[in-house]
Amino acid sequence: MGDEARHDRASERPPAALAVGVSKRYGSTVALDGAGISVAAGETHALVGRNGAGKSTLVSIMTGLVRPDEGEIAFDGGPAPRLADREAWRGRVACVYQKSTVIPGLTVAENLFLHRQPTTRLGLVNWSALRRRAAELLAEWDVSADVHALAGELTVEQRQFVEIARALSGGARFIVLDEPTAQLDAAAIGRLFARIRELQQRGVTFLFISHHLQEVYDLCDTVTVFRDARHILTAPVAELSKGELVAAMTGEEVTAASGHLRERQADPPPEAPPVLTVEGLTLEDRYADVSFAVRAGEVVGLAGAADSGRIELAETLAGLRAADAGTVEVDGRRPRPGDVPAALAAGVGFVPEDRHRQGLVPDMTIADNTTLTVPDRLGPRGLIDVRRRDALAREMIDDLAIKTPGPGLPVSGLSGGNQQKVVMARALANRPRLLVLVNPTAGVDVRSKDFLLGKAEQVADEGTGVLIASDELDDLALCDRVLVMFRGRLVAAFTAGWTDNELVTAMEGVHTDA
Amino acid sequence: MPDSTVVEAPEREPGARAPRLLGGRIPIARLREFALVPAIVVVAIAGWIVDPVFVQRQNVINILQTMSEIALLVLAQALVLIVRKMDLSLESTMGLAPGVAAWLTVTEAGQGLDLLPGALAVPVTLAVGVAIGLVNALLIVRFGLSGFIVTLGMLIMLRGTLTGISGGQTFFQLPSSMSYLGTTQWLGLPASVWLCLTLFAVGIAVLGYTSFGRSLYAIGGNEDAARAAGIRTHRTVAIVLVVAGLLAALGGLLLSGRLGSVAAAQGDGAIFTVFAAAVIGGVSLSGGRGSLFGAFTGILLLFMIQNVLTLGGVPAEWIDALNGSIILLALVMSRITTGKAQD
Repeated sequence: MGDEARHDRASERPPAALAVGVSKRYGSTVALDGAGISVAAGETHALVGRNGAGKSTLVSIMTGLVRPDEGEIAFDGGPAPRLADREAWRGRVACVYQKSTVIPGLTVAENLFLHRQPTTRLGLVNWSALRRRAAELLAEWDVSADVHALAGELTVEQRQFVEIARALSGGARFIVLDEPTAQLDAAAIGRLFARIRELQQRGVTFLFISHHLQEVYDLCDTVTVFRDARHILTAPVAELSKGELVAAMTGEEVTAASGHLRERQADPPPEAPPVLTVEGLTLEDRYADVSFAVRAGEVVGLAGAADSGRIELAETLAGLRAADAGTVEVDGRRPRPGDVPAALAAGVGFVPEDRHRQGLVPDMTIADNTTLTVPDRLGPRGLIDVRRRDALAREMIDDLAIKTPGPGLPVSGLSGGNQQKVVMARALANRPRLLVLVNPTAGVDVRSKDFLLGKAEQVADEGTGVLIASDELDDLALCDRVLVMFRGRLVAAFTAGWTDNELVTAMEGVHTDA
Repeated sequence: MPDSTVVEAPEREPGARAPRLLGGRIPIARLREFALVPAIVVVAIAGWIVDPVFVQRQNVINILQTMSEIALLVLAQALVLIVRKMDLSLESTMGLAPGVAAWLTVTEAGQGLDLLPGALAVPVTLAVGVAIGLVNALLIVRFGLSGFIVTLGMLIMLRGTLTGISGGQTFFQLPSSMSYLGTTQWLGLPASVWLCLTLFAVGIAVLGYTSFGRSLYAIGGNEDAARAAGIRTHRTVAIVLVVAGLLAALGGLLLSGRLGSVAAAQGDGAIFTVFAAAVIGGVSLSGGRGSLFGAFTGILLLFMIQNVLTLGGVPAEWIDALNGSIILLALVMSRITTGKAQD
């Protein structure tokens, strides 16, 4: 598929970006140890590695935000500019970060030409020229966003496209995408990939960072693996099996027989009583007339795109939202709708969609975070017995294998995988009868993913009902049953033995009459 | 997953296009600036019903003149808020800057030292404003201290300094240069009204049409992104703080000129009105949002309402209680009209 031609063409030119022997230390931590990467011009190059492998540090160095202790950076065969010369860096490399770098209160047009607005002869900002050039720029790169819209009102997808267009307008033809798919649903990811391929055809080089190995196979030409601050291997994607790739990332063999991380081992007890019964649940604009049940010891998947209503439904079960109609019955009780303490008391454990926003208080300690949901277990009458709290936290740290020197560390100091384990610990702290997980493995490394799913399975084996609201196939593979939502309605149900294709098609709503 | 379905889905989420008026020329977002205009019209009509004097030329000029001094503080505070800082010390600057000038130029009969000729009073006032701004900038930008606490400390210290140099008394018999701007008329309007309107107009132009002005919004909206775009964020914030000090000093000069004296308590408590006007006018306390036009309508509305209450014969003792209620009411109104939670 033109791969040959592309590689031939690439070999004539110097690499679009080259890092050699780069080292960086932060205090006693070695973030990069003589690592390097060579990104050939015109290719899409994947950079993978577990959390803490040194990917982010390399990106900071290659985008000129951080000075390496040792090593050289070059673009198109020429040495990297001085760190202070932002203009020159902008002409060579741009990064679309996971964290937004648009200014929410300004329009799209203004964001595109920030600090380089076209001016009139009087030196004033020429707004009509600015808007025209912004519209031209977006049209040139085929981005459909309104230049008048405030950047803060864009969807994540549009924002990424706008940031890519801004990067290209600065002259850079080498773009780093730092986990661009983390907050996108499957359809948006498809559109992003289509766009990346188009731009690649037009000579743009990408460095693509992702936790999703499938995306690496779907999109990239070459893959580089980092582990423990070192470069491990670089190889054409086509020549590397998924097993080999995971082995390179983890440093040990992982059996990925079915292609999925983990599948349910035990069968759920067939006649177990339901722990969750949902009847005719409806929330305006979000979901309508949803009915299903989860039995004790069962793992049920709730699949669907990000806008399918599955997240809102999960949040309703956790008491974050109140439905307009219908009932939720947890373990024989009906918690007051829209009341989180009532849901907790009824036995609902909840892992929210976004751990940064809803899951954690970053500057509070692990002990405080894990016990946030169970104040009554910490001491009488609202007082907190510090020793009891720390003991409880230690129990959970052991239980979830959270890597930390102790319960007193602020969670902001943990890696993404370990932070997610803290969120999970918090959900498990009140020994739930029903565990509701929304995207439980988003943005965590392969090992933590495996561990978190294993934990969910273990909890189910102990008789808790588990509901996983996710569009991640690895998460859904664990489930005994998968219910699919599309535009707010349950449209399909699969029992074990579904194929990825069937499920994805149902999530995209292709087969339905909705 | 068939690729074709993906590629042929250029359709974005609904709501991608921002709502607009007038054939799409004016985005709704920009209309927030004018959110208070209907309220101002309503108050004007109410005032006219309460007492027809309200809409007479002399009363309108009176409103504009009495608000002009504090409006300069609102202008200063709006600039500072847009870069996501706060300056509480403005009200003390408003007293201390003309206070120092009076102290140095006024004769002993007027409580001063009589060290400098009266002609230097205005430059001294402005220089004190700039100096206070520089100290704020040094502590906040250079040393990275919390702007709220720094300027709170400055507020107390500057007020205390004024009380100290004046012995708690009032400076009077000000040199004519100091009272000029507060008392003179240009083309039938008080000079302070001209100055206030001109400075707001300049501010609106700078914020709307210069790269420097736009960088204030960028810094307030996302400082990291602003820095990445090549904006010298520290220097810009420092400039804003210095300009704010200068504007507060000028406001103080106008006020002392109009009153013909500098009281030890000049400007005391004004900061609450200043914040209220800015926030009612749509300037966000969390930075990056708001306009000077909005801030101007905020202070105008507050003064119009006060004026209506006075004309309506509300006893002076109740004005403060009503002022507070009006501020709260205006916040509720702007919450309803903008539809966004405030912070």
